[in-house]
Amino acid sequence: MARKKTMQTNRNNQQAVSIDSHAPISFTFDGRTYQGCKGDTLASALLANNVHLTGRSFKYHRPRGIMAAGAEEPNALVGVGVGGRVEPNVKATQIELYDGLVAVSQNRFPSLKLDIGEINSVFSRFFPAGFYYKTFMWPASFWMRYEHIIRRAAGLGKVGDTHEDPDRYEKRHAHFDIVVVGGGLSGLSAALQAANSGQRVLLSEDQHQWGGWLRSCDDIIIDDMAGHEWADKTIAQLAEMDNVTLLPRTTCFGYGDHNFLTLAERVTDHLAEKPAHLPRMRLWKVRARRVILATGAIERPLVFAGNDLPGVMLASAAQTYLNQYGVLAGRRGILTTNNDAAWHSAFALHKAGCLITAIVDTRTNPAPAVLKQAASLGIQTRLGAGIIAAHGRLHVARVEIASLTKTGDALAGEAEHFDCDLVLMSGGMNPVVHLHSQSRGKLKWDERTHCFRPSTTHEDEQCVGACNGSFEPERGVKEAIAAALKAVKANGGAADALNLPDIVATKINWAPMPIWQIPNGLPAGQGGKAFVDFQNDVTASDIQLAVREGYHSVEHVKRYTTTGMATDQGKTSNINALGILARERNAEIPAVGTTTFRMPYTPTSIGMIAGRDIGGLFDPVRTTPMDKWHREAGAKFEHVGQWRRAWYYPQNGESMEQAVSREVRAARQTAGLLDASTLGKIDIKGPDAAEFLNRIYTNSWLKLGVGKCRYGLMCKDDGMVMDDGVTTRLAEDHFHMTTTTGGAAGVLDWLEEWLQTEWPELKVYLTSVTEQWAVATLSGPAAKEILNAAGTDINLNDEGFGFMSMREGYISGLPARIYRISFTGELSYEINVPARYGMALWTTLMRAGKNFGITPYGTEAMHVLRGEKGFIIVGQETDGTVTPHDLAMSWIVSDKKSDFIGKRALARHSMKAGDRKQLVGLKTKDPKKVIPEGAHATLDPNQPPPVEMLGHVTSSYFSPNLGHSVAMALLRGGHARMGQTVYFPMLDSSPPIEATITDTSFYDPKGERLNGKL
Amino acid sequence: MLEINCPYCGLRDEEEFACGGEAHIARPLVDNPISDKDFADYLFYRDNPKGVFLERWRHSAGCRRWFNVVRDTVSHHILEVYPIDTKPSTKAGRAAYQASWRRQSPAEAAARKVPQKTRKTSISKR
Ligand SMILES: [Zn+2]
Repeated sequence: MARKKTMQTNRNNQQAVSIDSHAPISFTFDGRTYQGCKGDTLASALLANNVHLTGRSFKYHRPRGIMAAGAEEPNALVGVGVGGRVEPNVKATQIELYDGLVAVSQNRFPSLKLDIGEINSVFSRFFPAGFYYKTFMWPASFWMRYEHIIRRAAGLGKVGDTHEDPDRYEKRHAHFDIVVVGGGLSGLSAALQAANSGQRVLLSEDQHQWGGWLRSCDDIIIDDMAGHEWADKTIAQLAEMDNVTLLPRTTCFGYGDHNFLTLAERVTDHLAEKPAHLPRMRLWKVRARRVILATGAIERPLVFAGNDLPGVMLASAAQTYLNQYGVLAGRRGILTTNNDAAWHSAFALHKAGCLITAIVDTRTNPAPAVLKQAASLGIQTRLGAGIIAAHGRLHVARVEIASLTKTGDALAGEAEHFDCDLVLMSGGMNPVVHLHSQSRGKLKWDERTHCFRPSTTHEDEQCVGACNGSFEPERGVKEAIAAALKAVKANGGAADALNLPDIVATKINWAPMPIWQIPNGLPAGQGGKAFVDFQNDVTASDIQLAVREGYHSVEHVKRYTTTGMATDQGKTSNINALGILARERNAEIPAVGTTTFRMPYTPTSIGMIAGRDIGGLFDPVRTTPMDKWHREAGAKFEHVGQWRRAWYYPQNGESMEQAVSREVRAARQTAGLLDASTLGKIDIKGPDAAEFLNRIYTNSWLKLGVGKCRYGLMCKDDGMVMDDGVTTRLAEDHFHMTTTTGGAAGVLDWLEEWLQTEWPELKVYLTSVTEQWAVATLSGPAAKEILNAAGTDINLNDEGFGFMSMREGYISGLPARIYRISFTGELSYEINVPARYGMALWTTLMRAGKNFGITPYGTEAMHVLRGEKGFIIVGQETDGTVTPHDLAMSWIVSDKKSDFIGKRALARHSMKAGDRKQLVGLKTKDPKKVIPEGAHATLDPNQPPPVEMLGHVTSSYFSPNLGHSVAMALLRGGHARMGQTVYFPMLDSSPPIEATITDTSFYDPKGERLNGKL
Repeated sequence: MLEINCPYCGLRDEEEFACGGEAHIARPLVDNPISDKDFADYLFYRDNPKGVFLERWRHSAGCRRWFNVVRDTVSHHILEVYPIDTKPSTKAGRAAYQASWRRQSPAEAAARKVPQKTRKTSISKR
């Protein structure tokens, strides 16, 4: 519900460099409507409206506000959008404002200002480091009980209510000669220098405007232009060049092997009206020959009690809000720092109208220049002192300041109290080494600036500017130009070196005092919470506790306390945590080491990673040429691998059981027709084709006559069955192999592997022809008459066309290869026609068979029919641990051939063990009972646990043709157990099913029906 | 993601390829009997060295051809790509080939020495 619009009370400069105040924008936060400007981020617009409180913290539900101004923001995570477009956990500092934007705070109940979870804070001594490990270790049932409460209380944002994402995401693959990440002073310089060579250059920038710190800093002049004007001019120059790609609003979030970069481009998030032709985001997968990282630096917070209150902010962030957005984050401020640089931020705010009542520096010796400037501005200073606590309920209102001992470890005086509504803090700078670190570049500790900076690289990469620890602008530009020239040269190109720009800027000493926690004068663990990792709610005490409990390794402390984990990846917290850890261990920071930064640099939308590979495009569905007929006949379908196969064809409201029963009977009494087009088919050609098959299959292939078919079993070299099928000799040097539907691609790969890597001397070509042939299997006593009725020039009499042979000819004018093979045990023809004739063949056969009772049957009936015959399906009766002997198919394993794949393994000692699981048939005592597939067999149903299991049921059906159930099972020593009774305990309380072990041919064991004579 | 130089197609992304594990594992011929244990060395045991490794790759979403790669498993740098029926030619690749325990294994010996027949015709007589 929109209410009265509020004034932008904190906007004091309508002409700030990043906003256009002539373009006012309305947005809502937690249901209330506010005004902002074009160019604002959600964070700057909220601050303009004096809204600091933006969320509740992860564990303690403490009130949190905006602390930073960029990707490093740990607190101000909000939900953005409505309906299916809700995106949780977005940093308010990275949301570009647009008209109508809807944002909500997170992790609060019932409201942001009154949050019941804040009670966690009261009980916070029950949430120490390692809380989850300690509480839920044992008994396991405690976790079950607490999980839903904990998950709700300790979560971040919620995803949208609908599961349909209305947005579209795209992926783009690209190659560049030089990729520059970061569009600040160094990045722009490197890109311009690189682009002058004519090589293909990509420049990406996380924010929507170019220039980085140049936009926030009001005292840098480059070539007689204000810093941001120089940035605008340079970017305009780059935009003119055809060899340059500019990507603003793009976060490089991953840097992997072989200079592979992944970038997330936010294409329409900033637009009120999202054009239909544009994706919401675009994932760039970039292969770069050389990479230059100019990712800048992040200011560190200071660790003191209450440093997480709304209104406590990084000094540089406050300066950014002032200079870029014309927003004063407070009226009465205090700076607490350990370095000179932050003094300039305080001066800028003071001049703009925020009364800085004190600058508190842990050092006793700041540079004379800043002391002088403070004096001239009338700002009082407290040197060798720190803020030891900040107070306030939903916003900072008061701080305590005290003198510190020289080392900063203890208090050296009484506390003074200062009222304030803004605390600026600065603990020095951290180079953004995340991408360098992701690419396995090493870091070294810089003793002067007290930060980790890049040392050796692993990929072809260079870090420049603040990212390299070179905070001085002149040095950054120099490095950038040198790096670009080096990259150009390494790529085999050349470019004239750019003149170094003329830079006028305040000289700053960037060395901070190493102080990782401001003491509060109380014993460890007492007093207000001093946060190290704001996003994960980790305090200095948590790290101290972890060390006391014996966690010394930085990796252990990280996981135990959760500092530096999750989406934040320690952007603001890492060094403070290491400093405290080092202090507790009496070690130096470099000796403690650092954790590895993982990708992604910032949270990345899963939708973008999925791109268009969703829904129907997630995995292609393969359909046969007769698919339309099946659909029109009302078939139910099942998916076999990628294939969509007709499962059964219910008529007049039949149940599945009724339909399958009808189909199965028809195939044995009249004729059934199956779409078998999905069978894998491989064309094998070449003078060594027969020899090749002889090595692949377990049986003999050299003497197979032309026009004859043979069933084959292939094993892996470990002797286990991997596929089966019928292969036919089309000519002396030409075979047609069939494989299981699901195994087709794997078998082709398998054959190629042996041909290419083990037997390259064999002259054989393999071609997949699965989709070139449509196959209709006509099966049943009337099959021959139907074929004749359809009209064929092939003599179907046994003398001319015996079982296991193939004839080529025409059916009703369609060119066909007919294989007389049978997977049903009936007289059966597998009729192959070129795929484009598949539908014509099918309808011709249905028409010709009409008077003979032809019945289309699906895969379920196919399974039952072969089950009645005890024919195996590889992958159902086998699982990669079953040999041909286990299947009672020793007859197909040649002992005359000197070798085939699997021969030596089948001779291994363990293969002869009598207690191997072997395939047997099962007849239930109650013929109507069908044992569930997967049921386990036992000899004694009353045996107390642990019950001895013999094996499991692999296939089980009710056979309408036999009037009883049939099943196959893999049972330990099964072949020697014929006639024994076994029991199958049920999961529900029903009594175990009793069955007798038999062989597997249940129906027509002599095979008399193969010839169609009943 | 690695970038692999298919000897037949050129530089392509790793996602077009499938890794086939250790290269140069000679298959013992049935004519040369070896113990079950020695046969298991061929069948089941694979090297997983820290450092230079010779491995087979297949350009599965490309030309479907197999080839060999010399890859450093620590740095992921690819030092050499060479055809399937040849041996590595770089110094590191040659050293890795020689250093592999397989060169001394009975399985390897059984793959090379065929008593009476040459290997080409050992499997079946034409
Ligand atoms: Zn290729």
